[in-house]
Amino acid sequence: MTPSSNPKMAVAEPPVVPPPTADRQLRLQRAWKEPTGFFGWFTKVHHTSIGTRFLVTAFIFFVLGGLLAMLMRLQLARPENRFLGPDKYNQFFTMHGSTMIFLFAVPLMFQGLGIYLVPLIVGTRNIAFPRLAAFSYYIYLFGCVFFWVGLLLNTGADRGWFAYVTLSGPDFSPGKRVDFWAQMITFTETSALATAVCLAATILKHRAPGMSLNRMPMILWEKLVLSFMVIFAMPAVMLSSSMLLLDRTVGTQFFNPAEGGDVLLYQHLFWFFGHPDVYIIFLPGTAIITTLVTCFTRRHIFGYLALVVSTISIGFIGFGVWVHHMFATGLPQMGESFFTAATLMIVIPTAVQFFCWIATIWEGRLQFKFPMWWVAGFFFVFMIGGLSGLMLASVPVDTQVHDTFFVVAHFHYVLIGGAVFPMFGALYFWIPKMMGRMMNEKLGYWNFWLFFIGFNMTFFTMHFLGLRGMTRRVYTYLPEMNWGWLNFVATIGAFLMGAGVLVFIINFFWSRVHGRIAGTDPWKAGSLEWAVPSPPPHYNFAELPTVNGREALWDAEPNQPIVTGVRDDIREVLITDSLDGDPDSKMDSPEPSAWPFWAAIAITGLFVGSVFSAKSVEYTSIPVIITLIGWYWPKWRETQQRKATEVWSD
Amino acid sequence: MKLSRAAAYATLLLLAGCQSNHSMLWSSASKQASDIEWLYWFIFWICLVVFVLVIAFFAGGLAKSNVDEEEMAPILESNEPGDRRAKVGVSIALGITVVTLFVVLALSIVTGKTTEGLTSKNPITIEVTGHQWWWELRYPNPQADLTVLSANEIHIPVGKPIVVLTASRDVIHSFWAPNIDGKRDLLPGYQSAFTFQIDKPGIYHGQCAEFCGEQHAHMGFEIVAQTMDEFQHWLNQQRKPAVEPQDAKLVHGRDVFLTHACVLCHTIRGTDAGSKVGPDLTHMGSRRLLAATAISNAPGSLAGWITDPQRIKPGVRMPANPLAPADLDALVTYLRSLQ
Amino acid sequence: MRIDRLAFLLVGTALLLLIACQREDRRFREAPPSSGVVNTIQVSELHPGGQQIATPPVPNSYEESAYAVSEGKRLFSQFNCVGCHSNGGGGIGPPLMDNQWIYGGEPANIFASIMEGRPNGMPSWRGRIPEDQGWELVAYVRSLSGQLAKDVAPGRSDHMSGKKPEANTPRETPTGVTGAPTHQ
Repeated sequence: MTPSSNPKMAVAEPPVVPPPTADRQLRLQRAWKEPTGFFGWFTKVHHTSIGTRFLVTAFIFFVLGGLLAMLMRLQLARPENRFLGPDKYNQFFTMHGSTMIFLFAVPLMFQGLGIYLVPLIVGTRNIAFPRLAAFSYYIYLFGCVFFWVGLLLNTGADRGWFAYVTLSGPDFSPGKRVDFWAQMITFTETSALATAVCLAATILKHRAPGMSLNRMPMILWEKLVLSFMVIFAMPAVMLSSSMLLLDRTVGTQFFNPAEGGDVLLYQHLFWFFGHPDVYIIFLPGTAIITTLVTCFTRRHIFGYLALVVSTISIGFIGFGVWVHHMFATGLPQMGESFFTAATLMIVIPTAVQFFCWIATIWEGRLQFKFPMWWVAGFFFVFMIGGLSGLMLASVPVDTQVHDTFFVVAHFHYVLIGGAVFPMFGALYFWIPKMMGRMMNEKLGYWNFWLFFIGFNMTFFTMHFLGLRGMTRRVYTYLPEMNWGWLNFVATIGAFLMGAGVLVFIINFFWSRVHGRIAGTDPWKAGSLEWAVPSPPPHYNFAELPTVNGREALWDAEPNQPIVTGVRDDIREVLITDSLDGDPDSKMDSPEPSAWPFWAAIAITGLFVGSVFSAKSVEYTSIPVIITLIGWYWPKWRETQQRKATEVWSD
Repeated sequence: MKLSRAAAYATLLLLAGCQSNHSMLWSSASKQASDIEWLYWFIFWICLVVFVLVIAFFAGGLAKSNVDEEEMAPILESNEPGDRRAKVGVSIALGITVVTLFVVLALSIVTGKTTEGLTSKNPITIEVTGHQWWWELRYPNPQADLTVLSANEIHIPVGKPIVVLTASRDVIHSFWAPNIDGKRDLLPGYQSAFTFQIDKPGIYHGQCAEFCGEQHAHMGFEIVAQTMDEFQHWLNQQRKPAVEPQDAKLVHGRDVFLTHACVLCHTIRGTDAGSKVGPDLTHMGSRRLLAATAISNAPGSLAGWITDPQRIKPGVRMPANPLAPADLDALVTYLRSLQ
Repeated sequence: MRIDRLAFLLVGTALLLLIACQREDRRFREAPPSSGVVNTIQVSELHPGGQQIATPPVPNSYEESAYAVSEGKRLFSQFNCVGCHSNGGGGIGPPLMDNQWIYGGEPANIFASIMEGRPNGMPSWRGRIPEDQGWELVAYVRSLSGQLAKDVAPGRSDHMSGKKPEANTPRETPTGVTGAPTHQ
């Protein structure tokens, strides 16, 4: 590769920074041009295009999952209801849970927001490994379509979003429903792993000069921790789902007790992934809250170091609590108590984050703009969820409320409170950057209140249902149980929530046309994405920035240096040191390419074929090999270009 | 005056309404359940206090410094004294949090030890085997002909330790009677034991608490807690084979049972029917509810169940049995006579 | 532009609703495939050396439903077919996983064998098991010799393994036999 010491790479000294010339912008525009048209869509590699696709697709599946939930609530609204039979209901609740976790929460919070925002916040022109990022979107999209086509073909997964064996094994789940579920996992985890690699590389090596680790905005810390969590957690679920697939299609005995297999092995493997997964969903929420609190209290966040250490601790401890999902299985008490201790321990970093946010608000100059409402909603809702989690952490109490609606209430409070409320806050905060127009505030208030009130109506009542004995995953219940009126209230709430989300969608479409023009920095925020026009051009920054503090724009000197020496006539990005952000080298950024799309198609063929026939892998792997070779094959033009621009030091 | 009285009645009604035979709160019938309930309330009050405090501080912060301008305000450059205050505040809050968590941990472990710690030299052992979607019960006895086989309705004497041995014939189920104790999963390939002791006579409802397929929703059971005498009487009755029917209608009913699909899946000891596929029906007439608490033991519901179980529990293993009305009538009468 | 493509995708997949997948049918309350015709089936002419008579095709739609085949498998064990036929390998009764069908291997023949019983020990199950369960058993029995599609036939069972799962069993070509039984 290119050598690292090049005198042209040093951060320039000149105090006077002329605004970028029209000439320069033109060259950048030409170099970073994104393809247009129908066929061009399949070759885009810029992170803003890919990030937007993730956000839109994941939001669509959020809505679809929500529609399923409303249908489920209709069935449960009264005892012995006949709206949905057990078979349809089983499919709906499984699809609802799986869609929300695998097709919405991780793709939107981690992949969508990450791919869109991270390159802008680090101050570079494109994400690291852009074609891999594009691939991660296509494989995610094909996984979503595959899974939902299953539902339309009466092959919707129907054994719960975690599909415990032996119920999900070949004997008790005939047909291909569970295979569709297991393979959907493979699709989405491949996608998440690919994104994790891109984001980790971008955060570690593409930061603007001056952005040392201790000057990274919280979002970057959170996405970095998340990337490592994804890399360590996803293999566990890939293992468990693949072992299940092998049991079902090929006849292995992993989970067959009669042949020495173990049903608890599945649970351990699944939850070793499953628990970190929910922190993968929750941590982005915390970074969003930090960002919003920083911006709207008009000061640096209090306790930056504590927040960073908390994020990292949650990342680590999150891997040590999984058995709290298995407290009812009869594992030895002493072992279970260790996991109670770990589960309580993870409360500590979360509490530290809460205290730091509250401290920032107390010692700041709060301006309660609309995105802050979602922060308030987060505080209220996530707190309740976290506290009910405290009850669940205790083994004796958990043995009573496990697998009841109490748990359903708990995890909706933490997931919706910890991810969906911050998500809405993030969308109202960053859509102006993405779209160039502000969202409508009046509609926003309707969105918030309908959603907040509906949410509490639905899920607060579920605490009582669980305490009064209503178990989970039941398509109906006996009238004698007296659960009818609580369920009815919960159903009303679900429809209010749906109305709230509908208002958001209306707001989005209205604002695209009629929203107030956002300008570059409507919130006068501190991080680098607010230094570029809204929406950002495809080269992101006309002049690559340097950074002088945690809030790049707030802490910038009057004559903050810019980076010179990075070419603007070809796609080139600056690579910096992982710790200090010192300039290290320059690197080519790949041109648009259709290979990620074709590779995703080939791999989809491999995955889908293996669901129906293990032998098919022999044939379907050939297109995979071909497309991967095509993707990695160096382009003659790019190689010549690089050879012409190499500079060797003596 | 009137208002406070109304409030008192309302609270009483609410609490009375909260008491039930399938709830873990205000209804415990055993030491295990009451210990767990005590721990629950302890943690609940801690949670309530924490919630109120945190929200109060949050709301206070919101109320304290609220800049109302349209334009974004200038940045606060630095706030040294504020940061020092914040450091003190956060440290205190953190300290309180850590202490509280330790308390919860300790209490949780202690409660776990007491609820799991019941041992006895002479317990009553019941083997509970989960099937899709009913509960097979076995009261083992060293003498084989004194072993009792039954289904879905567990009789237990109060004041005596009960050991439940769990097993599953097919998928993971979970045995849960909230008034009695926490739940325990029935895992295929594993046998697990737990002990409890019921202190109050009564009928307590239980439910399968691990998703086990189409009719998980209708897989309930009942625990009938009786005095020792009543229990012994029940046990002796269950040990007897079915009474030889004398009445012509009952004989006819038994013949219908033995010449139709029933005999392929059900046992009635004292007849030739000995299949173990479905629940043991030798004394089904004595059960309060049938079909894993889905229907009551009444002629109409039983007839409906026999004719078309799929209507009540779609997906259940029992097929439809279209019978001639006279046959059905005789069969129902016979079955209900199996006390 | 993005919206157009999304709408196209959604409409296209919604159309698939109309072609709901038969493999995943779970019919809990339904009239079984017609068994009227079965009562008139003859396997061969009624004299020594008689010609084999072709069996009229009675479609067993349960053979396309994985749930029905899995129910058949459950019943095969619960009604103790395994007592004589093992898991297809035979014993007291003839094997069911090979290509030799003494009384014919068509669904109608197998249904008749189950319902009417056969000489040398096969009991008659008519009146004991409902007809839809009979057809489910027929579907399962056919899967033992690999006649069913791979995605419909059951996978490995949760018991001790003795043979390949039905889904991985190679397909036998059934041959009818006129004359002496050929088990062993």
